Amino acid sequence: MNANPLLDMVRGIAERNIRVIDLTQTLSPDFPQIELPPEMGQCWPFRLEEVSRYDDRGLAAYWNNFSCGEHTGTHFDAPIHWVSGRNLPNNSTDTVPVENMVAPACVVDCATHAEQNADFLLSADFLRNWEEEHGRIPPRSWVLMRTDWSKRSDPESYQNFDEEGQHTPGPDTDAVRFLVEERDVMGFGSECIGTDAGQAMHLRPPYPCHYYIHGAGRYGLQCLTNLDLLPPTGSVLFTAPLKIKQGSGSPLRVLALVWEG
Amino acid sequence: MAKPLTKPKRKNPVLRTRAPMLPPAPRSRISLGLTSGAARGAFELQVCRDCGAVQYPPREACRECLSDLLDWTPQRGTGELVAHTTLRHAMENYFRERLPWRLGIVKLDREGANEAPSLIVHVHGDCGEPPCRVRVRAMLDRAGQAVLLALPEKDTPHMSDDPQMRELTCDPKFRKVFVTDGKSPVGQSVVKAMIAAGSDLVWVGEAAPWKKIPGFEEIRALPEVTVVDLDVTNPDSVKRCAGQIGPKVDILVNTAEQHRAYSVGSRYGTENARAEMEINYFGLLRLAQEFGPVMMARGGDTETNAVAWVNILSIFALANNPDQSTFSASKAAAHSLAQAMRAGMHRSGVRVINLYPGPLDVEWNQELRPPKVTPAALARAIVGALQGGAEDVYPGDVAKDWYERWRTDPKVLERELAHGE
Repeated sequence: MNANPLLDMVRGIAERNIRVIDLTQTLSPDFPQIELPPEMGQCWPFRLEEVSRYDDRGLAAYWNNFSCGEHTGTHFDAPIHWVSGRNLPNNSTDTVPVENMVAPACVVDCATHAEQNADFLLSADFLRNWEEEHGRIPPRSWVLMRTDWSKRSDPESYQNFDEEGQHTPGPDTDAVRFLVEERDVMGFGSECIGTDAGQAMHLRPPYPCHYYIHGAGRYGLQCLTNLDLLPPTGSVLFTAPLKIKQGSGSPLRVLALVWEG
Repeated sequence: MAKPLTKPKRKNPVLRTRAPMLPPAPRSRISLGLTSGAARGAFELQVCRDCGAVQYPPREACRECLSDLLDWTPQRGTGELVAHTTLRHAMENYFRERLPWRLGIVKLDREGANEAPSLIVHVHGDCGEPPCRVRVRAMLDRAGQAVLLALPEKDTPHMSDDPQMRELTCDPKFRKVFVTDGKSPVGQSVVKAMIAAGSDLVWVGEAAPWKKIPGFEEIRALPEVTVVDLDVTNPDSVKRCAGQIGPKVDILVNTAEQHRAYSVGSRYGTENARAEMEINYFGLLRLAQEFGPVMMARGGDTETNAVAWVNILSIFALANNPDQSTFSASKAAAHSLAQAMRAGMHRSGVRVINLYPGPLDVEWNQELRPPKVTPAALARAIVGALQGGAEDVYPGDVAKDWYERWRTDPKVLERELAHGE
């Protein structure tokens, strides 16, 4: 045993007793972007433009300029993103306490339900049943909704639009209030393009996850992948957004540590 | 009578793709007045303000009275073919490759007191033996310069299939067309119009495949249509698309457009203005860089060669409509780029055709009063431009009115628009 448990952790990673799992989608121009009504301001998709590629623009170097909105690809939502969190302290990507960027995760498996019903809403009762099996959700932990939605590699099926809009799973109002008010979670994570369900504009209030989570100064993670590789409890997430001044969110690399023993 | 064009055989892949050749392009500055008219689809000759004599060829001083007050004036173009010959030998490579070639002399009908001029013209195969009645049109040739073509007095069946006529047009018949965005109402209308005009393969670009747009599934189901992924804001997507279909595009119609109706003050920030620039200007630039070279290389490729690049601009490109300020600015940028594309592409014989429509009857012009150009009418104008010999088209009453005012005095138009007239 080392006096410094951090070094034990690093050795654990090297010896594969601890697995590092990437929960991040690749930032690519082909990855779909949130779709808003066309009269609204739009969040830019990820775009890449070459600066040079060992050519007349720069013989020795290959590099790119990229552009995107704060809410592009696998990304982090800060409390200031939503009107309910606009006046909270430390509510933007540059002021979020760094201690909050390392936290345990609970993974709630809704894959079967989401497969049967794209509009599946995760309820408070569903969460209570989950706790009966896996124990109480610890305070300051992430709750990740596993739907296997990230396995939909075709953008059309990932977005899943019809004439009434998007159909993707998410939490209902009671579930979000339960997590925030009774379990004091760090945040809520989803495999879909938003933490809220595709039809959440019709819930009360609209977009309850954004409203309550950010209103309580907590965070969101979207477009996660590989949640099927995580245990229901016991993993630890690293979720450091870019330090954008007054940023409302940021693409980020989400890593999970899993103890394999 | 012109032999109806049959579907050309597939190209023999072991033979070299022939380089595009151009007819002689040099013209005097005065002669470019004929090109200026032909670019708009008009046949104009100089008419003497003092004595009324019609001038041909274009000149500095009146052939009758030496006045230098010569005004370019639209001509009816009717007259008599008085002589013709068929060229069977030529020193110019362009004509050498296209022999035999029919030429003639047309005596225009007299209008007014003065003797009408005789014109040197290309002669359509359906014109009879002289003397016979013909119509003369000014058309742009592959070098982008005006030439005169004598057509039979009345339309004949398959007239557009005449080889000499087809050299002066960009007829979609049996050509492969690429419509860059087939989802918009304009895109859908253009696809249908191209098929109706005889295109047997229409590539249709689709961005954001998850967006369900009414009418698009019917477009996708058309037997002539093949849908391809294309998002002009994504350089990688444009490159992929060009790599996939670039050598199989004879006519490109860029229908990709971002259109919002905001004044400078009515939309805070630049997000929308950038989106308009990103699609209307940078999108065109990306397409030009990826599709331009391969189309230029195929300017002389058999009978179904690459012939045209069509830009849908806006009359607001010439004078900013303050109610649609950022849209106008993005179209002005595209207009400027299209001029450069012309300078670059004319060497290959690929014609850059610009449409400057007035307000279209589409979602973002909902609040505008008529007259508005329907997408179907715009599509007809595109086909008309391809089948004719023009390169600048102003569809709709508003466009024609603004264009005339702009030509007369851009400053007056600017001031009138500033005051909402």
